[in-house]
Amino acid sequence: MSELIARERRQLELRVLRYNPQDPDATPAFQSYFLEEADAMTLFIALNEIREQQDPSLQFDFVCRAGICGSCGMLINGKPGLACRTLTADLPARINLAPLPGFELIADLSVNTGKWMRAMSERLETWLHAASDDPDIDSLEPVMEPELAQEIYELERCIECGCCIAACGTLQMREDFAGAVGLNKLARLRLDPRDTRSDADFYELVGDENGVFGCMSLLGCEDSCPKDLPLGTQIAWLRRRMVASTLD
Amino acid sequence: MEIIHTDVLVVGGGLAGLRVAIGARRRGHEAIVLSLVPPKRSHSAAAQGGMQASLANSLKARGDNEDVHFADTVRGSDWGADQDVVRMFVHTAPKAVRELAAWGVPWNRVKRGPHRAIINGQAETLVESDAAHGLIDARDFGGTHKWRTCYVADGTGHSMLYAMSDQAIAQDIPVHERTEALALLHADGRCYGAIVRDLVTGKLRTYLARATCIASGGFGRIYRVSTNAVINEGIGAAIALETCATPLGNMEAVQFHPTGIFPAGILVTEGCRGDGGLLLDADEHRFMPDYEPEKRELASRDVVSRRMEQHIADGKGARTRFGEHLWLDIRLLGEAHIDSRLREVKEICRYFLGVDPARELIPVRPAQHYSMGGIRTDYRGESTGLKGLFAAGEAACWDMHGFNRLGGNSVAETVVAGMLVGEYIADWCDSPDSDFQASTALVREQGGAVAERLAAFANSGGRENPFEILRLMQETMTDKVGIFRSGERLQEAVTTLQSLLARCRDIGLRTQVRGANPELAAAYRVEKMLKLALCVSAGALARTESRGAHFREDFPRRDDAQWLSRTLASWSGPEADAPTLDYQALDVMAMELPPGWRGYGARDHIDHPDTERRQQQVEAVQQQQDDRIARQRALLPFESLLPERFQGRNERLQEPEEGAA
Repeated sequence: MSELIARERRQLELRVLRYNPQDPDATPAFQSYFLEEADAMTLFIALNEIREQQDPSLQFDFVCRAGICGSCGMLINGKPGLACRTLTADLPARINLAPLPGFELIADLSVNTGKWMRAMSERLETWLHAASDDPDIDSLEPVMEPELAQEIYELERCIECGCCIAACGTLQMREDFAGAVGLNKLARLRLDPRDTRSDADFYELVGDENGVFGCMSLLGCEDSCPKDLPLGTQIAWLRRRMVASTLD
Repeated sequence: MEIIHTDVLVVGGGLAGLRVAIGARRRGHEAIVLSLVPPKRSHSAAAQGGMQASLANSLKARGDNEDVHFADTVRGSDWGADQDVVRMFVHTAPKAVRELAAWGVPWNRVKRGPHRAIINGQAETLVESDAAHGLIDARDFGGTHKWRTCYVADGTGHSMLYAMSDQAIAQDIPVHERTEALALLHADGRCYGAIVRDLVTGKLRTYLARATCIASGGFGRIYRVSTNAVINEGIGAAIALETCATPLGNMEAVQFHPTGIFPAGILVTEGCRGDGGLLLDADEHRFMPDYEPEKRELASRDVVSRRMEQHIADGKGARTRFGEHLWLDIRLLGEAHIDSRLREVKEICRYFLGVDPARELIPVRPAQHYSMGGIRTDYRGESTGLKGLFAAGEAACWDMHGFNRLGGNSVAETVVAGMLVGEYIADWCDSPDSDFQASTALVREQGGAVAERLAAFANSGGRENPFEILRLMQETMTDKVGIFRSGERLQEAVTTLQSLLARCRDIGLRTQVRGANPELAAAYRVEKMLKLALCVSAGALARTESRGAHFREDFPRRDDAQWLSRTLASWSGPEADAPTLDYQALDVMAMELPPGWRGYGARDHIDHPDTERRQQQVEAVQQQQDDRIARQRALLPFESLLPERFQGRNERLQEPEEGAA
C-alpha cells in the first residue's frame, strides 16, 4: 500500500435502480450519483458515502462488510456479486447497480433474501435430522473422520447470499425451484453420517422438477458463487444419487 | 397498534438469542425471535477462530479440564469476572460443543499420527494418539495454558450459527426478521415486552411476553474503527438503559483485537497467531518476545494490543498514507495450512488488501472488537432491576469476562448462556410469578411515547444531520476512549459526547420516504448510541486504575484495594446527560482464585486487604484435598446453581465418566 503513488482520482457514476414499493406513487427508475473515488474504495464505502452525504433515503443492506454474511448481494453491472468486497477500482467509472432478481423487493437495492431462504429451508427440511432429539452431551462425542469433516465444511461455506438464485435460469420459470443453495445444502446433509435420512427420503424432497431434475445445468449458479462452491458438481452428484435411489 | 402475545420474546437472532429460544421452546413455551437481519447474517457468523471448551482430546490439550479453563478465564478477566458464572460457563462449554456436534457442526477432528505444527516460530512434529482419532480437535489461542479452542477451519461462528438457525427452523420458531425493538414495555419493576419497529414498513407494533430476553450483541459501532458488523450498535442494551430501571455493567471494559486489517478494521482471526503466526514491525523484527517473554504473541488480547500500540508509538510502525500499522506474518504456516484452516483469512486478504498471505505480510493494527459490558444480570441472566427482563451473550454483563475476554470465549459464551438462560427463562415461565396483567393504557402510553419521538425527528425542522453526529461520536470514541486512556482525554470525550447528545434534540430529517427510512433509523439510533458512549466514557473517567482492557496512562496499576468492583451505570431520566455510576464490590473471600499476577502483562498491582487471607485459605484446602472435584467444591460450590439437565460430569479420554471406566 505504501508503494501506491498519488494519481488523479476518478469521478464515479453509480447508477442505482430505485423503487420503493411502500410508496404508491413510486415508479422504478435509474438514478445517478456522482462521487470521487478513494483508495481501496469498495461499493460498501461508496454507497454509504452517498447515503450520508447525498441521499439519506437510499436503501441497501450491509451487515459484516467483510464478505462473510451474505447480506449485500446485488447486480453489479448486470452480474450478481457481493457489494461489500467489490472494489470500485476493478470496475469502470460508470457502475450500474440493481437489486437481485428472484427475491421480493424491499426497496432500492434491498431484497428479502431471508424470507426466501426460510421458506426454502422449511420446504426442503434443511436441518440435520439426528437419531435423537436429546443427544448425550456429557460423554465423549461420536468420532468422525477428519477428512470427512473438512469435506462437509467445504459445502457448508455457503452464505445464502442469493447470488445463485439471481443467476438461475430455472428459477425464472419455476418459483419453487430449490436452487443451488437448497440443493447444495441437501448434498451437504447427505454427506453427513449424523443425518439419518436415506436417499429415498431426500428423493421425496428434491426428486422432481422443483428439485434436482429442474436444473438445466446452465451453471449460472457456480459462475456467480462468491464462495466458489462446486455447485454444478453437487447438483449432478445429487441427481445421480436420486436416480440410483429409484433403482434400489 | 398491533399487539402480539408470546411467552418468550427474544431480541436478537444470533447464537445466544436462538439458543435461548430453542431452550424455551423445548420446555413447551412459545418463543418469538426479533432480528434486525435474517438470523444467519448475525454477527455471530463473524467469529472465525473457534470456541473454547476443555475437551482435552488432542496432544496439546491433554491435561485440560474445567479447572484450567476457569483459571485462564479469571486471569484473562484481570479478576473482574464473577467466578460463580465462570465456573458455570467452563462446566457447560464442553456440553455446548457436543450439542452443536449433534446438530451438525463439522468441527475439525483429530487425526492420528504425526503432523507438523508451528510453535513459537519453530516447526515441530506432534503425534496424535489412536484413541483421539476422530474426536474434536482444538487449536491454540491467547491467554490459555492448553490448546482448547475447538474450530471449524476459520469459519467456526458461521458453522455454529447455521446449525443453530437450522435447529430453530426445525423447532418451528418464528423469527420476525427486519424488526427492531425501540423500547421495553415496563412498569413497577416488571418488563412486559417491547415496542418494535418493522424495518420494511416502518410501522410500530407491541409484543407482550412473560419473559423478554435481550441478545442483541455488542455496541462496537460507537467506535470509528471496529471489527464489528454495522448492525452492532448496541440498541438492545440502550433500550434497557432507557428504562431507567436497570443498570449496565462494566461499560468501560472494551476490547481491542490485535489484528484488524489495516485500515479497514476487518478481523483476521487470533487463530493466525494460535497456529503459529508472528507479529512483525516496520523492520520485520518479531517484537512481542521482547515485551512478553512468557506468552509472546499469545498473551491476552488487551496485553498484545497495548504492546502493539506502544511499539507504534515508539516509532516502529510501518508508515502508509492512512497512518501506521504493524505486520502479521503467517507465511511460515505454509500454503496447505492456510488453504484449509485459514481460508476466510485468505479471502479477506485477497479481496480487501490484494495480498496473498501465504507469500506476503498482512498489515494489521488493533481495532475495537468486543463489549465486555452490557445489561447487568444475575447468574440466571435476569436483569437486576426488572423482573422478566433477561439478557444473554455479548449484550449482557453476566459477567464471565470481567475486564478482558479471552479469544474463543465469546462464541462459547453465546451458546452456553443461551443454554443456561433458556432453562432459567423456562423456569420463570413455568412459575405463576410470570403471570401478568398489562393494561392497554400502558401500551398506549409507552408505545405512544415511541411514536411521538419518531414523529418529532421527522417533523422537527431541526438542522442537525444524524449521520454527522454519528461520525463525530465514532471519531471521539476512537481518538479519546481507545486503548490508552487518560483523565484529560476522557473528560474531553465526555464533554463532546454530552454536546452531541444535546444536538440530537435538533435533528431534522431531509427525507420523508415511506417505509424503513434509513435516515430516521440513523436519528433514533444515534441518540441511543450516545448514551452508551457516555456510559463507556464516564465509567472510564471515573475508574482511576488499569484493569484488563481498561488502561489509564495516569493510573497504570491495577488497584484491587480501591477498584475490585463492577461498575453499574444507570440513566436517571430523559433529561439526563450522563449516567449515574455505582459500584458493586467483588468479594475476595468468596473467590476460588484470589487476585494475583496474570502470568503475562504488568506485575505491579495493588493488593486487596483480603487477598492474602483468602490465598492462605485456598492453599489450605488444596493441601487437604487431592481430588480436583472435591477441592473445587470446597472452594466455590456452584453446581446447584446449574439447571439439572446440565449438571452432569464431562467425560474426557483421560477422565472417563463416573462408573464408566
